Amino acid sequence: MARFLFRRLLQLLFTLIGISILSWIIITQAPGSPIALTMDPKVSPKIIEQMEKNYDLDKPIYQQYFLWLKKLFTGKLYSFKDGRPVLEKIAERIWNTLLLNLVATLIIFSLAIPLGVFSARRPYSFLDNLGTFGAYLGLSIPGFWLAYLVILATVKLFGYPVLGLRSFVIEGLSTPEIVLDRIWHLLLPASIMAIHGIAGLSRYTRSSMLEVVRQDYIRTAKSKGLSEEVVYYKHALRNALLPIITLFGFLIPGLIGGSIIMESVFAWPGIGRLAYQAVLARDYPVVMTILTISAVLTLIGNFIADLLYGVADPRIRYQ
Amino acid sequence: MNERGMTSQIKFFWKYFKRNRLAVGGLTIILIIFIVAGTAPFLAPYDPGKTDVSLKLKPPSLKHYLGTDQLGRDVFSRMLYGARISLSVGFVAVGISIFIGILVGAIAGYYGRWVDSLLMRLVDIMFCFPTFFLILTVVALLGPSIFNIMVIIGLTSWMGTARFVRAEFLSLKERDFVQAARALGLNDRRIIFRHILPNALAPVFVTATLDVATAILVEAGLSFLGFGVQPPAPSWGNILTEGRTYIFDAWWLTVFPGLAILLTVLSFNLVGEGLRDSLDPRLRGRR
Repeated sequence: MARFLFRRLLQLLFTLIGISILSWIIITQAPGSPIALTMDPKVSPKIIEQMEKNYDLDKPIYQQYFLWLKKLFTGKLYSFKDGRPVLEKIAERIWNTLLLNLVATLIIFSLAIPLGVFSARRPYSFLDNLGTFGAYLGLSIPGFWLAYLVILATVKLFGYPVLGLRSFVIEGLSTPEIVLDRIWHLLLPASIMAIHGIAGLSRYTRSSMLEVVRQDYIRTAKSKGLSEEVVYYKHALRNALLPIITLFGFLIPGLIGGSIIMESVFAWPGIGRLAYQAVLARDYPVVMTILTISAVLTLIGNFIADLLYGVADPRIRYQ
Repeated sequence: MNERGMTSQIKFFWKYFKRNRLAVGGLTIILIIFIVAGTAPFLAPYDPGKTDVSLKLKPPSLKHYLGTDQLGRDVFSRMLYGARISLSVGFVAVGISIFIGILVGAIAGYYGRWVDSLLMRLVDIMFCFPTFFLILTVVALLGPSIFNIMVIIGLTSWMGTARFVRAEFLSLKERDFVQAARALGLNDRRIIFRHILPNALAPVFVTATLDVATAILVEAGLSFLGFGVQPPAPSWGNILTEGRTYIFDAWWLTVFPGLAILLTVLSFNLVGEGLRDSLDPRLRGRR
């Protein structure tokens, strides 16, 4: 286990450095990057000054990278738009995004796994085929389009607001009503964000189950007289769910990508909307910090998933 | 592989593929969309760019099958031309990503050792970035032209292909026919591209088909955020996005382009899965 841990840590470190270099290259070396702006006479001296402060343009190129890295992690990068520290702006909003994503993830796992198991029990039956088709439909639907149709429908049918963290007018509402209002405003975007995940994960669970039930140890369990139910839900399901641990890490980039669109549609004050507003305002320090942080979070998520997998399945450790 | 071997392979593949009715349905729809995109100038009843404010926001009728938009342009004609743009974004982007993916995967898998480690770490690094946000950022930096969008989607989505191709190469390079090719003194380039690669293409076809679907969705998402193919050029994404301002008065501006995207993406996904089932010998005959 120690060797396994050491090797993974080394890989993690390497990837981390790679992420930071790539982020830095995109922001400083790409054509049209903010550095090019400093050559533009129309750009105000104030912005140029900020740019020089942010990127240490007077230093040699390798020093620029290390100084940028230091600033990134010590919170010394400032927004172009309002001059506030980037990390502070992110900290304000990250909980909203985490809450939204947590709820979406819970919805995904609590629906997708039972659906996948249900389909795998009766492969190629009518219900399974319906599930397959439904999953493809879910994978193919543009999220923002569905969101608009849902907003159109709820506003027309119920006349109830759906945008933002909560309704604007909350005077005269009792506490439970306010709580319900918050839950309603949370559940709608979270469910739409979860659709892709449900479709993908339910298919994954299904094929994983179909793979496992053909294994010898399942035949052994059956032949020693255990009931179908026990074999299926205990022996097979546990093994089929093992690889799902590794999916945890990959959920993060998908959810952050999804947050950008969904938070913009639902006016949800989170990281995704902040990122989009920063892109619109060409507020590069904010954009790059969010990009780098989400890559690092993904990396850590993958690392934890790897470790968990190593703990859950001893075969992995000795590869 | 000689010519006859190739045709019998295709026949063999088709035998399995056609059993999957959903995939065949998807393929039919894709062919129809291709024909429609190719013949758009003949099929379109109106010039897609012709504005007529007296006709603005008219609901679907026999004269304008899918209604008109806020500038009085015929939505049906715009959608026909939009099919061209959405499909080209999908195909060119995937062409680029497949090219890079095959190159990286082949080199990593064939040479192994430190080349492999280095390239696979690069794949890991790229996989860590939230792809959609990365694409949005770079498109915003470079400017949202259709060319930039295709190239950037291609440059950020090759990692899956690279991994598949590498895995195939790792096992194929140990096989006897590769040893034989080496013994004949063929150079690496010829062994990689003429001998190993043709045998490693099956998973590439599958990911390519699925990636076309993803690329079309990404373009629509970019359009929605204002960084897709720019108007007045019609893409399904930007027709939909322009229409959302009028969502309460003109539902057809939102519903039809969305349905077109959904149907196309769905078809590519179904065909991709059909390909996977019929190209993977382990999955054959399960039905």
